[in-house]
Amino acid sequence: MSRRPAGVIPSRTASAVLLTVAGILFALPLGALLLSTFRVAGDPGAFTVSHYAAIFDPGQELTYDQLFQGIGNSLMICLITVAIVLLVLLPTVVLVELRYPRVRRIVEFVCLLPLTIPTVVLVVGFVPVYQVVAGAFGSAAWTLSFAIGIIVLPYAYRPIQTNIRAFDVVVLSEAARSLGAGWLPVVVRVILPNLRRGILSACFLTIAVVLGEYTIASFLNQTTFQTALLLLQQTDPYVSAIFALFALAFAFVLLLAIGTAGNLTRAKRRTR
Amino acid sequence: MTATASGVAAHIGSGAGTHGSRRRSAGWLGFSPFALYVLLFLAIPTVYAVGSGFFTKDGAFTFANLAAFANPTIIGDFVSSFWVSAVVALLGAVLGAVVCYALMGTKPDGVLRTIVDSASSVLAQFGGIMLAFAFIALMGIQGVLSLFLKQTFGVDINTLSPNGPLLYQVAGLVFPYLYFSVPLMVLTFMPAMEGMRQQWAEAAATLGASRATYWRRVALPILAPAFWGSTVLLFANAFSSFATAAALIDQGGIVPLAIKQQLTSETVVGVSNTAGVLALGMIVVMVAVMALYTALQRRARRWQR
Repeated sequence: MSRRPAGVIPSRTASAVLLTVAGILFALPLGALLLSTFRVAGDPGAFTVSHYAAIFDPGQELTYDQLFQGIGNSLMICLITVAIVLLVLLPTVVLVELRYPRVRRIVEFVCLLPLTIPTVVLVVGFVPVYQVVAGAFGSAAWTLSFAIGIIVLPYAYRPIQTNIRAFDVVVLSEAARSLGAGWLPVVVRVILPNLRRGILSACFLTIAVVLGEYTIASFLNQTTFQTALLLLQQTDPYVSAIFALFALAFAFVLLLAIGTAGNLTRAKRRTR
Repeated sequence: MTATASGVAAHIGSGAGTHGSRRRSAGWLGFSPFALYVLLFLAIPTVYAVGSGFFTKDGAFTFANLAAFANPTIIGDFVSSFWVSAVVALLGAVLGAVVCYALMGTKPDGVLRTIVDSASSVLAQFGGIMLAFAFIALMGIQGVLSLFLKQTFGVDINTLSPNGPLLYQVAGLVFPYLYFSVPLMVLTFMPAMEGMRQQWAEAAATLGASRATYWRRVALPILAPAFWGSTVLLFANAFSSFATAAALIDQGGIVPLAIKQQLTSETVVGVSNTAGVLALGMIVVMVAVMALYTALQRRARRWQR
């Protein structure tokens, strides 16, 4: 095809050149971060793998003690935040679609609100709220889940909502009801299986948000993965770089899984 | 069962016969966990954060704290936040739009598009302090790029500025902020790009329009609202970002850092609850910006169906 119709589609060469340049520019900081994990303090020319070995060195356990504690706390927060999404948000979205579609806009507004309110502003309000929370639940790190669950709302709501709107909940549930199913079987055996992809995306995004969360933990003086990472950066920037890269790669894999699943379903629908 | 109850609720509830109204109110109870959670951890903190600026230390209502907005340090923080966010939003929007344009040349469901999407999501939304680390490794004092430029061209980017190393001051934030803003542009602007129909280009060509005319008279006007909407979103995102800046700058300099400073040690300004006053200022800016975004999105959506 020598004569392309004039349009917004660039030529193959232009597209390849632009994407290569952008790719290189975006790889630079991460490449530098990767390179830094092999460097020797005070000697820019030398390289070593000793920083990787140090993580597993029992003699240095104390250095990374706080980091591992932070990782443990963050994983715990992940679990509870996912539970909040599944037990508080998910039933609400299903209830809205099944019986109260008129309040859909309100729920949507509330769930997307945390995008408008900066986390630093929320945190100013979290400080006094958490004085009460500490009285009720103590001040362990897992209590952060309540606050982080709020900033997770937009990320968790959208995939579930997109998924539930893609099939006709009311018709499906009425069909099941007319065949004699009660409400519980309708939800568990008809609606939730259809929502698998949306729920999975919501959970993956929740994990990505929790592992990357710094602001709330920092203001509320808790040790999580990110706050520990920043502290470690002052004393051992090499190991903190290793963990930062690993966390970014992990988040990338989670999102890639969501994206690939999305493409597969789209492709399946087209071939049908 | 009253006939006034309308919509799906009554429709479905009718199966339950005389228990309809009781079941319906029981149904509303299903919202209570969500409502309670959102009230306790979203509504109350927000109201407290914004409202606390209007109270003295002893709990009396006052407007006196708003005097903080006249403090030169606070004004400076807002000005810095504004210009950093504006520069990042404009540059990020233009660069991101170019990447979107380049992506139009790839297959919509191809592997490359999926990878770019996922990578953009990670960098735009979950990077935080880890992106700061990457930039320290690139252009910090011992950074790869810093050393390379020093050895090859004899230019030390960390002595160019009189205020110390470039990366550790407000102006230096532009680099890491761009790094998460360009991907955010790709995520938000790509749907608008993909909404452009090939037929519009063909129609214009049939009527004798050159490629340049098509761009100037058709494509750009259609894309403009989406472009500015995304730009506004980039501004809001940069304006409210905290983690990346906190990892690079120890003192204040932009509003989110100033809030942290005021919460940990109430100094400088001389009025109580300065953090609340700053939070109020941020919310006012964000609400204005998001209102603008919603308006622009509404215009943009006209062409996306």
